[in-house]
Amino acid sequence: MTAPTLAIDDLRLGFRGWAGTVEVLHGISLHIAKGERVALVGESGSGKSVTARLVLGLVQELRGARFSGRMAFEGRDLGALSRREREALRGDRISMIFQDPTSSLNPVYTIDTLFHEVLRRGAPGIGAAEAREKAIAALADVAITDPERVLRSYAFQLSGGMNQRVLIAMALANNPALLLADEPGTALDVTVQAQTLALMQSLVARHGTSMLFISHNLGVVREFADRVYVIYKGRIVEQGPTEGLFEAPLHPYTRALMAAVPRITGEGIPEIDEEQTGFYDPLVAHPGYSEAELRP
Amino acid sequence: MKRALFILLRNPLSVLGLTLVGLVVLAAVFADYVAPFPDHKGAVVDFLNFNKAPEWPYLFGTDLVGRDILSRILFAYRISLTLGVVVLALAVPVGVTVGLIAGYIGGRTEFVLMRLTDVFLSIPPLVLAMSMMGLLEPSLTNGMMAVTVMWWPWYARLVYNLTRSEREEGYVLAAEVIGASRLHVMFREILPNCVPSILTKMTIDFGFVILIASSLSFLGLGVQPPTPDLGSMVAEGAKYLPDSWWLTVFPGLAILVVVFGFNLIGDALREILGVEQ
Amino acid sequence: MKPLLQVIDVTKTFDAGGTPVRALDGVSFSVSAGECLAVVGESGSGKSTIANIVLGIYQPTSGALLFQDKELPDVRPLALKQAIQLVQQNPLSSLNPRRSVGASIRLALDVHAIGDRAGRKARVGELLEEVGLPADYASRSPAALSGGQRQRVAIARALACQSELLVLDEPTSALDVLVQARVLKLLADIRQARRLTYIFITHDLAVVRNIADRVAVFEKGRLVEIAPTADLFANPSHPYTRRLISAVPVTSRREAELRDRLQEPLDADL
Repeated sequence: MTAPTLAIDDLRLGFRGWAGTVEVLHGISLHIAKGERVALVGESGSGKSVTARLVLGLVQELRGARFSGRMAFEGRDLGALSRREREALRGDRISMIFQDPTSSLNPVYTIDTLFHEVLRRGAPGIGAAEAREKAIAALADVAITDPERVLRSYAFQLSGGMNQRVLIAMALANNPALLLADEPGTALDVTVQAQTLALMQSLVARHGTSMLFISHNLGVVREFADRVYVIYKGRIVEQGPTEGLFEAPLHPYTRALMAAVPRITGEGIPEIDEEQTGFYDPLVAHPGYSEAELRP
Repeated sequence: MKRALFILLRNPLSVLGLTLVGLVVLAAVFADYVAPFPDHKGAVVDFLNFNKAPEWPYLFGTDLVGRDILSRILFAYRISLTLGVVVLALAVPVGVTVGLIAGYIGGRTEFVLMRLTDVFLSIPPLVLAMSMMGLLEPSLTNGMMAVTVMWWPWYARLVYNLTRSEREEGYVLAAEVIGASRLHVMFREILPNCVPSILTKMTIDFGFVILIASSLSFLGLGVQPPTPDLGSMVAEGAKYLPDSWWLTVFPGLAILVVVFGFNLIGDALREILGVEQ
Repeated sequence: MKPLLQVIDVTKTFDAGGTPVRALDGVSFSVSAGECLAVVGESGSGKSTIANIVLGIYQPTSGALLFQDKELPDVRPLALKQAIQLVQQNPLSSLNPRRSVGASIRLALDVHAIGDRAGRKARVGELLEEVGLPADYASRSPAALSGGQRQRVAIARALACQSELLVLDEPTSALDVLVQARVLKLLADIRQARRLTYIFITHDLAVVRNIADRVAVFEKGRLVEIAPTADLFANPSHPYTRRLISAVPVTSRREAELRDRLQEPLDADL
């Protein structure tokens, strides 16, 4: 059995500030098997985004951050890597897509230049012509019909949906083992969002990329993920297969979420109790979907 | 409050700035009691002890007519600080009002006010002050006026830019939709949100106002003898460099200390008040 | 039902660097007293322009607005500003961070001279309680409140004007799911209790399905479909409406079935 693409064990994170230490993650464990699409779903302030940033090593160097726990990428302990090794992983073996596509692309450079930069992380000596060829192929993959024009453009000259596609193409250009997507498409219109998500879905399936999908949008998660972790205030409260978790949520918090989400079948606005009982109940795993069962 | 202290004490430079400025202010206020020779602030002559290198009891030496330099620096601080307070008290309200009106009302008003501001900003400050002093006679009051005239446009520009961005905020729209008056929106809604930036700039400027005022008196256009002034002390002593180095070095250092101190406090304030650069 | 607001053939063009851009193109609809009309569309659909025109922030390039059968003038007197109020999307920016919650609400009372000076303080407390917050929150700063609480304050401020028509501009889009449900419930309750009329502007069709009486769908500045909510979802007549509904990310099998059913004729179009 090969090691999972990403395995996180008992990850804890706190920030020391003027009012003492603020705990952000209270010991979370999760893993992503090879080729699996896993969602981490939670509301704002749940700690979902910071988890992705920890994996990328973007939080560790912040002032006042203290963390513990183990993160392993393809069996290699991320904590044992030097900073240079970790940086070498970023953008090559692990890549990331952020929420706002347009601000993720540096407006000073053309897409062509940005793409070359990305490809150089995977193949340091790659020439401009070869990079261009690869970029055109990658853009064609994300259903961009005139890649030549897009390459000549700057991010601000393209629509949000187009930029999102460019980012997806860049994120997958070096054939990463793991793709972290933080609220992808949230800034886009629903119709564009639906298209880009479908596109991303088919691409990661084809590349066999493992994916951590971070979102607050339950609908998007349901469409996209194979398996779901629900996170509440720095704790994983429920984990299970997407269909099972959405049709039969077990944890009081997940149940409250599912009851609160408005539905296009028109079930009315639900009464939500002001009191939030049971939200801090311990983790519930669907049968066969606990960490112990899935990770031999 | 607790947070402010945390940020302040975390950074040794802020503590240094606070200490420097605190000492200067205390020394200036209590100069009559702290100065070794309080009467040396005036036209005193002591030819027995003139032009002495630092030695007890003249820690910073004496000047060409035998006055204790340390004492004169302390009294000069008093004048510099007063000048800073007066200049900012006049320049800031004018600049803020101009900036608020131009930024909020827009249109023709904005054009006229901001072009006027630009004209003032385009003249090198010292040149502007010097030409003003050429018309008026050099004195402390006229010096303050000159510095005030060159200082308000900076606040107009700052507040104008802040207002332009605050105007896009939802709370301004909310007040407008409710039907609040323009005066209310400008002074009660927008202005309070500009205060942190204004305060930060004022703190840093305090040092620079003192610096510019010293430059004016260095050129003989500000405070007139026998009143002690850091700028004129440097100017006077410069003729006797390098032999009588204490005549210039100590007043010069005194200017540096106060400018540096206010800068450090300004930086700390920027962080405490969350002002973006 | 008597129409409270009539929008008659309104066109709005903006000047975008020399070339005029049509944000609204011959839009007509009316809002009955007491109803909740949802205005739905994606970015560039003109739904925000509609809000701004109704509020009098923009003037229509051509066309007219009738409020209670009287044409709305370009410069609105205070009484008309009082009658039409707004709740914005982002409660973070819509409350002045440097003023207390109470001061923000009180502004509306002061401007429209509602009640005497002593009565206004008590009134602020009542309004806070009406939106489900303790009266003593009046002295708090917005920074001390959660997103949902801030949005409640923004609603209280709009209610303070004793308006007849509320323009709700994506009022729950910035909120978490649980908070969104509570705020939607509050808005529905208030509408009933105060017999208010809502124009509910949003891109979220699932929210629309559960709060609106009728839905107006906008695409590129044009009103493409307007229908009672249940009809629109059961049987959308315009292809764009169908496309919108079938793009909604859904959370249950039942919804997925509804959506797939709508998608079929769409695929047939292609």
